[in-house]
Amino acid sequence: MPHWLYSPGNMTVTSENIITVKNLVKKFGSFVANDRLTFEVKKGEIFGFLGANGAGKTTAIKILCGLSYPTSGELSVAGFDIYTQREKVKQNIGYMSQRFSLYDDLTVYENIRFYGGIYGLLKKEIDSRAHSLMLQLGFESARNKLIRDIPLGWKQKLAFSVAILHNPKIVFLDEPTGGVDPITRRQFWDMIYEAAHTGITVFVTTHYMDEAEYCDRVSIMVEGRIAALDTPDNLKQQFDAPSMNEVFIKLARA
Amino acid sequence: MTPAASVHVEQLTKRFGETLALDNISFDVSRGELFGFIGPDGAGKTTLFRILTTLLLATTGTCSVEGFDVVKDYKKIRNIAGYMPGKFSLYQDLTVEENLNFFATIFGTTIRENYHLVREIYQQIEPFKNRKAGKLSGGMKQKLALSCAMIHKPDVLFLDEPTTGVDAVSRLEFWEMLKRLKEAGITILVSTPYMDEASLCDRVALMQNGHIMTISTPREVIRNYPLSLLSVKAGDIYNLLGELRKYPGVHSVYAFGQTAHVSFRNREVEKDILSGFLKKNKHESVEIMPIEATIEDCFMELMNNNH
Repeated sequence: MPHWLYSPGNMTVTSENIITVKNLVKKFGSFVANDRLTFEVKKGEIFGFLGANGAGKTTAIKILCGLSYPTSGELSVAGFDIYTQREKVKQNIGYMSQRFSLYDDLTVYENIRFYGGIYGLLKKEIDSRAHSLMLQLGFESARNKLIRDIPLGWKQKLAFSVAILHNPKIVFLDEPTGGVDPITRRQFWDMIYEAAHTGITVFVTTHYMDEAEYCDRVSIMVEGRIAALDTPDNLKQQFDAPSMNEVFIKLARA
Repeated sequence: MTPAASVHVEQLTKRFGETLALDNISFDVSRGELFGFIGPDGAGKTTLFRILTTLLLATTGTCSVEGFDVVKDYKKIRNIAGYMPGKFSLYQDLTVEENLNFFATIFGTTIRENYHLVREIYQQIEPFKNRKAGKLSGGMKQKLALSCAMIHKPDVLFLDEPTTGVDAVSRLEFWEMLKRLKEAGITILVSTPYMDEASLCDRVALMQNGHIMTISTPREVIRNYPLSLLSVKAGDIYNLLGELRKYPGVHSVYAFGQTAHVSFRNREVEKDILSGFLKKNKHESVEIMPIEATIEDCFMELMNNNH
């Protein structure tokens, strides 16, 4: 039983904006992938970023991570401007995608060391964090195993831990639970909650609609626009739907 | 082997070095059945499909498709089976139409001859028929891959995780398509990591780590859930989960969106006593309801038993 489950809900959400997006537009030729997106994410919040395939989620995430320029709009991520301070943005965020960001032919420890090095941690820091990580995840025995030889659920938990190794202000999770078994999926969300409790803002996409209900707030994109944004409870009420799955289907089919 | 079996698998085992990918599995799929393999990555679903589509040899065991042996009669099976691999495997630098034409030609047929089979699916991507396959969105790639798997009029269709990474609406539409293919008499074997898709199959095999944990109709799987189950809702779900795990007699507690599913070995759980316990521990607006298990509840319970 992880300790954070005993603490009250997500009390760490603050009124401070950690992401501010005003009128974000991204065009590819004449195609408008992001059409005047405007939203804020609060520090410490678990923010669900949902949408149908092709709705423009990945485009927006790439921009927020400093990997692609918007066509127009004002954006600040972790307190930095997305046009002029992209390297600062990258230093202050973590990223994990469904396809593992870990190297299959490096060991567990080597992966931690590699990412620690990339983020400029000192060897001493890396070693102490690697040590506490192994203890926390309960895989001391796997320290010198190749990533390709450890179970999927372990990889996923390790990939998440590595994404927040440098204690970023925000972590972006792009379909982090794809393909894992239902028990591991729930353990993974325990980890997300723990990260949020330490003050890390979590920006997450998922196709599992029950996971949308674990978020503090959820935005749903349809054809390049944000069609709805609110707490899961309010969205269910607003769309007169018993579950987020039905909210999603009502919006995306409309 | 049952008389109308389309796919027959007996004591099938597949090893990759030390790894046991499939551990002595047996099952039959009847003609015209829509049969689902439900399980996470690493369950063995893809290995099973690759053996049945004659792309991989089993370590031990026998399998047949429409009476043809997967080893001896592999060429015959390749003519009557349609296969949609989990990884998009069409030619990215050919157009939509060129891909479909290619698959038709390989099987000695034409798009025109079997157009009626793929019409409903293909029509949705036909406006983009001159677009390169690599430039399609995820949902469109999926429709093209299904069209290509269908164009030679297969008797048996193998669909390996066709809905993985696909949004909730496209998933719904894909299953509506499968239902109509089934009505056309095609035997369909489909794998998925999404537990909620189980209810759309005639029968399902719940798989984990190379084992089939159970095979049955979705209704029967749920009926065989051995515990009594309550859905509990309260203002603060995460605190609630912790509290419930401390409650005497509780077998398991899992989050399901904003509610918790709590199972008990004892069938006579007093709702009121649990409610009192939670109120005493300062939980507000507590709602407790006896519920029927979902496939996901069943899956997790079977996982616990198999550990």
